[in-house]
Amino acid sequence: MSEALLSVRDLSVEFTTYGRTLPVLRGVNLDVPARSHVALVGESGSGKTVTMKSIMGLLHMPPASISSGTILYDGRDLLTMSRRERLKLTGTDMSMVFQDPMSSLNPVFTIADQMSTILKYADRRLGRSRSGRERMQRVLEVLAQVRMREPERVARSYPIMLSGGMRQRVLIAMALLSEPRLLIADEPGTALDVTTQAQILKLLKDLVEERGLALLMITHNLGVVRETSDYVYVMHKGVVVEEAKTADLFASPKVDYTRSLIDAVPRLTGARPTLPVEAAP
Amino acid sequence: MNARQSPLLEIVDLVKTFPVYNAFGSRAGEVTAVDHVSFSIRRGGVYGLAGESGSGKSTIARLIMGLLTPTGGDVLLSGNNITGTLGTRAHSRQVQMVFQNPGSSLNPRRTIGQSIAVPLEAHSHPRADRRRRISELLEMVQLPANFAERYPHELSGGQKQRVAIARALAVAPQLVVLDEPTSALDVSVQAKVIDLLTSLGRQLDLTYLFISHDLSLMRNFADEVGVLYRGRIVESGPTAKVFEHPEHDYTRLLIASVPVISAEEEALRPKIPLIDGEIPTAEKLLALRESQRTTEVPKRT
Ligand SMILES: Nc1ncnc2c1ncn2[C@@H]1O[C@H](COP(=O)(O)OP(=O)(O)OP(=O)(O)O)[C@@H](O)[C@H]1O
Ligand SMILES: Nc1ncnc2c1ncn2[C@@H]1O[C@H](COP(=O)(O)OP(=O)(O)OP(=O)(O)O)[C@@H](O)[C@H]1O
Ligand SMILES: [Mg+2]
Ligand SMILES: [Mg+2]
Repeated sequence: MSEALLSVRDLSVEFTTYGRTLPVLRGVNLDVPARSHVALVGESGSGKTVTMKSIMGLLHMPPASISSGTILYDGRDLLTMSRRERLKLTGTDMSMVFQDPMSSLNPVFTIADQMSTILKYADRRLGRSRSGRERMQRVLEVLAQVRMREPERVARSYPIMLSGGMRQRVLIAMALLSEPRLLIADEPGTALDVTTQAQILKLLKDLVEERGLALLMITHNLGVVRETSDYVYVMHKGVVVEEAKTADLFASPKVDYTRSLIDAVPRLTGARPTLPVEAAP
Repeated sequence: MNARQSPLLEIVDLVKTFPVYNAFGSRAGEVTAVDHVSFSIRRGGVYGLAGESGSGKSTIARLIMGLLTPTGGDVLLSGNNITGTLGTRAHSRQVQMVFQNPGSSLNPRRTIGQSIAVPLEAHSHPRADRRRRISELLEMVQLPANFAERYPHELSGGQKQRVAIARALAVAPQLVVLDEPTSALDVSVQAKVIDLLTSLGRQLDLTYLFISHDLSLMRNFADEVGVLYRGRIVESGPTAKVFEHPEHDYTRLLIASVPVISAEEEALRPKIPLIDGEIPTAEKLLALRESQRTTEVPKRT
């Protein structure tokens, strides 16, 4: 599928620690077409974050190494392009929202300071420039886009002065600063209460629709998958074991592993989960 | 009333306040974490406490465990007021707790067997019988007896949580407080741990206080629930009733927010009106309802 905005092909990643090499991703294929909502779901340690880091160029090599594969963005291979070229894309046209709002915000700078700095560096990489005033304007604009009721007040605040939900909104606003076409969200809202999480998921969905973004949602929560995606990849031990339209996956999972995962989810109806059949501990 | 129907645990008008300090370290007021909470758990029952972060769930658990002293109110176990004995040996024989994080609740330098032996020693379980009891406990939580020699880092998250359960059961308590026992685990592992807790509960006639922010899990595991909002129970009752016919707006908002995986579940979620195109926060929704109530029923003067 060459028309996909992001296309991961046969990606294999391994980690070498204490002289031992462990495969972590094995031949991963994944497509995110423009304006689509795709989810990558899997249990802890299955390789979701490593996939995201490979795409965003955030893997530390060593200990990681990419042993095979290509990552095409807009038809160009991110893995073979120059560092300079890659930096023009990541954090600008391809952007991401991190999981933990507190540890990804700097406690000693105001939101406005942090956002302007991000924008300044993004502009510099793209060879653009804006005055401080124009930057501030853009910051307030995206804060309003994430439905922050008082953008000026939020901009002047330090992270500690904001609630968890507001901090998560700030992180989304940061990701939108340079008008990306692809947004990757790694477990957004997991650290939040269900009520706040529901608000954040709805916000992401609305934004993606309004701005025509492509969204890659990374999560371990099947409810979140169903709530936010049209297409889903199921990852297990570094391998994509199943991919399907989201509705089809829940209606008729083809692979035993996917079925056991769906069956293990407790239901709001009170229906008991069925236990996975594989041997106990 | 026979013993089966009488409550094992009764919480009566429990209050806990914490001092709040200002930037200069002097007392600036107090926060009421638990605000006149009352509920009871029948013998053999599973009572679920739901509510958002900071609503007071863990504070209630710590009050029952005697890890905190109540500001007011009473805790009764089998009809006896134990408020004064909270945290004593006699108390800990009856009430035990399993914490959220399976990693940090086990001492990394102790073998699994040594960890399970701690409560046995504290309650002077005969030394000669300890080994047998440890194997028995490991078997109860479906772990091989040779796990006694292993260290925590050699175990998976689910296995560590089984060890924490075994340790809590060592002194044969009547009440086990479970504070988010599976929230650090994958769903498949969670399903097995919950299944284990259910069968142990039946087998040993245990009573559980179950704290979780996962409402689907609560619907499955608890037979009664209490919904906490800012230190108060705003709604309580049999789980099926509260989930199928939630009365309080906060309960409705909580249930409406749960991400679900089937159309049947979706149909069970109450419809919450959007405010300015957004899912409202609890504060906003409750404030809106309050203002509607006061305009619908104008006070007569
Ligand atoms: N820096 C590293 N060194 C060695 N192994 C690593 C490193 N980072 C990740 N791994 C391994 O790679 C595998 C995949 O990890 P990854 O973080 O991608 O999982 P995940 O699917 O994101 O899980 P979670 O749901 O817990 O976030 C794991 O087995 C992990 O132990
Ligand atoms: N030792 C303490 N000193 C001061 N305040 C405290 C203390 N322990 C708890 N609190 C406050 O009491 C309130 C209730 O906290 P608690 O830990 O019981 O919430 P919770 O419902 O368990 O939340 P979570 O779901 O995040 O675990 C919070 O406002 C908290 O900040
Ligand atoms: Mg991850
Ligand atoms: Mg708690």
